Amino acid sequence: MMLSIKDLRVSFDHSTGARTEVVHGINLDLDRGETLGIVGESGSGKSVLSLAIMGLLPGSAHTSGQIRFEGEDLLAVPERRLCDLRGRKIGMIFQEPMSALNPAMTVGNQIAEGLRLHKGMSKHDARNEALRLLEMVQIPQAATRIDSYPHEMSGGQRQRVGIAIAIALKPDLLIADEPTTALDVTVQAEILDILDDLVTDLGISLILISHDLGVIARIADRTLVMYRGDEMEQGDTERVLRSPTHDYTRKLLNAMPSRARKSLDQTGAMTGSEANHD
Amino acid sequence: MTKLLDISNLTRKFDLCDGELTALDNVSLSLDAGKILGVVGESGSGKSTLARIVMALDHPTSGTVHINGQSLFDLSPAALRTARRDFQMIFQDPYGSLDPRHNVGRLIAEPLYLEQNAPSGTAKRDRIAALLEDVGLRADDMNRFPHEFSGGQRQRIAIARALITKPKLVVADEATSALDLTVQKQILELILKLRAEHGISVLFITHNISVVEEICDDVVVLEHGKLVETGPTDAVLNAPQEAYTRRLMNAEPTLEHIGRKAWRAARAP
Repeated sequence: MMLSIKDLRVSFDHSTGARTEVVHGINLDLDRGETLGIVGESGSGKSVLSLAIMGLLPGSAHTSGQIRFEGEDLLAVPERRLCDLRGRKIGMIFQEPMSALNPAMTVGNQIAEGLRLHKGMSKHDARNEALRLLEMVQIPQAATRIDSYPHEMSGGQRQRVGIAIAIALKPDLLIADEPTTALDVTVQAEILDILDDLVTDLGISLILISHDLGVIARIADRTLVMYRGDEMEQGDTERVLRSPTHDYTRKLLNAMPSRARKSLDQTGAMTGSEANHD
Repeated sequence: MTKLLDISNLTRKFDLCDGELTALDNVSLSLDAGKILGVVGESGSGKSTLARIVMALDHPTSGTVHINGQSLFDLSPAALRTARRDFQMIFQDPYGSLDPRHNVGRLIAEPLYLEQNAPSGTAKRDRIAALLEDVGLRADDMNRFPHEFSGGQRQRIAIARALITKPKLVVADEATSALDLTVQKQILELILKLRAEHGISVLFITHNISVVEEICDDVVVLEHGKLVETGPTDAVLNAPQEAYTRRLMNAEPTLEHIGRKAWRAARAP
């Protein structure tokens, strides 16, 4: 198993000295080339879980359990080792492509940065590789756009650059936290297609976090449903959405606009029971 | 019958350093009292420019906007100020649109400066309290601050603020786009409830056509500033005439197929 998380708990210190646990013992496994969707509302702990895998939790966080990535427990290794893994082995795509990019650096140089630092590529080779990556994420006129600054690009193009940076070092695992939430539906569809192609062509594993079951259904082989730091259910995406075992999953399905879930209603899988978790 | 909102041949051009951008190109539309009109399109379609002009926050290059029979851009500044209580706006970002230093009571009461005989003291508090309960919050929430509320609750506060002057028209610019689907559903239900109780009309701007279907009576589709298709929501969505409308519909994430491999198989040529 490429990634294996066992009984992961995360808690935060308050200034008052009290401690609050926000992730209450999550277990998950992810194989090479597999995509996992994590779905839940704000406050479900899905972003905290992804930051824990990246080793990017703030200093006030406490963790217990195991995050085994290619045999190594990421919770036990020193920061120096995490720096080596981040970017090279685990790439991350963020929700806000504008704030994730450096406004004062051309997108070409931002993609090349990791290639030069981690792989010691020459300036020339790194630029050629950056160009190839921009073409891979389908930036039109990549040879010209490589010298653009982020503010000269649309939101969708910026997110493509974010993806190019994340895959530049050919990581084994990609984590995308709400990568399409800030985008129009048409751009969202294009970005999801690109992620699907990358996973298939490069054999990357993907964890995609979203509050939208439509997005999860599009990209995830398996799905973990979270609510307030707990697993509600986990399984093959088709099984989870067609025959949910938990009321909270049914509540998420019912929150979808009727057009989006219409085909599910037609197959009669919905029980229609209204779950209440507030 | 006079339309509540009547927009004719609206054009808005912006000067750029390398030419001119036509954000709205000869757009005409109207909205009856008590109805919800959806305006749908991608980024750059001109929908936010339209919202800003209807709110008199921007001027058209040509064309007219009538609200309640009054020509918006022919009003004197004083008359415009009085007219403003009839149209209010809800913004996309409930974190950016509420001043973090003001308590909820003050935030909600702010538009009252538009009223000459605005209530004060207990009458004002009663109006704020009633509105807070209308939007599903508690009367004593007026003493709390924005940071104490979730995104969905903040959007409820923004809606209460938009309703305090008893407007006839509310412009909602991507009012649910920053919210989780579960919260989005609650806010859409709230808008429908308030339409029934307060008789407001809503210009509902979104990039999400399935949300239009949930609450809009009619829909206008904008592409690069041009109106490409309009009609009753059911008619347009059940039989879209324009390729652009179909493109917007097809881009919506749905459960038509479930799982990456099923979608991949469906996408293969």
